[in-house]
Amino acid sequence: MFKKKLLNKTLIYSLLTLLAIISFVPFYMMIINATRETKDIIMGFSFIPGSELVENYKNMMSYVNIWAGFKNSLFVSITVTILSGYFSALTAFGFAVYNFKGKNKLFIFMLLMMMVPGQLGLIGFYELNKTLGFLDTFIPLIVPAIASPFVVFFLRQYLASTLHSSLLEAARMDGAGELKIFHTIALPIMMPAVATMSIFTFIGSWNNYILPLVVIFSPEKYTLPVLMGFLKGSPVAQNLGSLYLGIAISVVPIMIAFLFFSKYIITSISAGSVKG
Amino acid sequence: MKKLDHKGYYFIAPFFVIFLVFNIYPVLLTFYYTFTHYEGYGAPEFIGLANYARILTDTYFLEAFVNTWKIWGLNFALQLGIALFLAALFSDLRFRIKGLGFFRAIFYLPNLITISSVAILFNIMLDWHYGSINQFLLKIGLIGEPINWLNQPFTAQVSVSLILTWMWFGYTFIVLMAGVSGISKEYYEAALIDGANRMQTFMYITLPLLKPIMLYVMITSLIGGLQLFDLPMLLTDGLGNPDGALNTMVLYLYNQAFRYNNYGYAATIAYMLFLITVVFSAITFKSMYREAAGEKAVAKAEKRKSKVAKKRGNVNVQEKVAKQNTYI
Repeated sequence: MFKKKLLNKTLIYSLLTLLAIISFVPFYMMIINATRETKDIIMGFSFIPGSELVENYKNMMSYVNIWAGFKNSLFVSITVTILSGYFSALTAFGFAVYNFKGKNKLFIFMLLMMMVPGQLGLIGFYELNKTLGFLDTFIPLIVPAIASPFVVFFLRQYLASTLHSSLLEAARMDGAGELKIFHTIALPIMMPAVATMSIFTFIGSWNNYILPLVVIFSPEKYTLPVLMGFLKGSPVAQNLGSLYLGIAISVVPIMIAFLFFSKYIITSISAGSVKG
Repeated sequence: MKKLDHKGYYFIAPFFVIFLVFNIYPVLLTFYYTFTHYEGYGAPEFIGLANYARILTDTYFLEAFVNTWKIWGLNFALQLGIALFLAALFSDLRFRIKGLGFFRAIFYLPNLITISSVAILFNIMLDWHYGSINQFLLKIGLIGEPINWLNQPFTAQVSVSLILTWMWFGYTFIVLMAGVSGISKEYYEAALIDGANRMQTFMYITLPLLKPIMLYVMITSLIGGLQLFDLPMLLTDGLGNPDGALNTMVLYLYNQAFRYNNYGYAATIAYMLFLITVVFSAITFKSMYREAAGEKAVAKAEKRKSKVAKKRGNVNVQEKVAKQNTYI
């Protein structure tokens, strides 16, 4: 009986380890191959790094400046995260604290629109930005983040359970304006929830592919995901080591960040889904 | 009823201005385009329902629809299977598997990475001659000759399904675990004492109580799956080859709009896609979610559990059930 249990446990841990290896091996292969020469890569795989890292890097940089894409992605994602966080908090505050005509109707309307998939308005979105002259700029990637229904919904639920009206009344008694109350009382209270949503927003924006692909034309404005596609079609792809290196550069920073934040990321996924 | 206060409008105004301009207006504009022939310049030409007539007889769209389902279906079955199995393992009191945090993080890692990087990575790893996957399979003797993964319709679809499974099983596992941790430990302890075996515990406690979460996973995955675009786009240079096997609905939409400048028809594809999503979400919802599924499942689990216990002739059943009820 005891022996059987031990056997079972060994089997289970082997299985889990195998799954962990499968999850991780492609990244490991990528990092190893980024340091190897094309002809070695063609010959077969290896678990030991090669010595061509610098060569591969030089070769890649001579065709494509990957750091420019990195910078673009970082700029877009950070701006989107800040805008989405701030304006969603503002909207959530408006919905949670004040009582105005049509409030519930507006809220339900917002929730209904949340169900509409992103591709539905893609053509219209493209045409609108063409008319406004926003194509090939970051504006269509950034400004729409001001309206993020899911974040508003999440923050409003959070506010409803954490913000007491007595707190607001006390502040009003002290003569604080409504906007000041928002900035000094409500926003700090909402901060943990805003941070949770920010992780989502940031990853979502960083990984967004179809929108920048459609609205950005100049290679120097490409975000990282679009630049990856561009890299594949460029002469860099002749040199497999350089191509692997390019992918590695796009991936490794996220992996390192994940190492530090994995706990928060995973709780935020759970937080988003338990209620669903 | 509280007094009306118009100040709220100021707070929600920026949201709704942007929402109207960048969300609602494009959706309506796209709807208008579905009735037009429009190539991106000049004025859209009104053609009535011609686009809708076309899409109903368009074999390419039908093919894209079938492809999308095949790819999503295989991926979802595998993904949910693995995630459920893992959730069952980690919730099993007998094993008390350690390292949940570590495994969760490792399993989730592929989901975090930019999908275009994943696509390009697998594009070279799946290469016929020098891809790591063929090299590995040859080396361990699983295959006799290299497989040209992305060049045959069947293997191409299976490849994309497997990549999606690889990317998403960790996410699904985390979400399911969140659901499992919401189930009272008392159920498992009681089942353990009552002598329910592993399968019974899973079938009668974990599975029914996870139903609401599984519904959430299923609908979000369905919506995401029907919008599959990035992988086929990057694995096939946007063409959906071999033999159109990787032509998905959104890839078709993208190509109609931005490759062939057929905005009117692309808009129609978008609305068709929306309709399909709504219909299938509704079907999923209906078939899985009957009123108060959660409470019903609890009652069912309770009933089954005491039944199992009675079968085993456990005399302490009454006492345990009583204890549990006071806990709840």
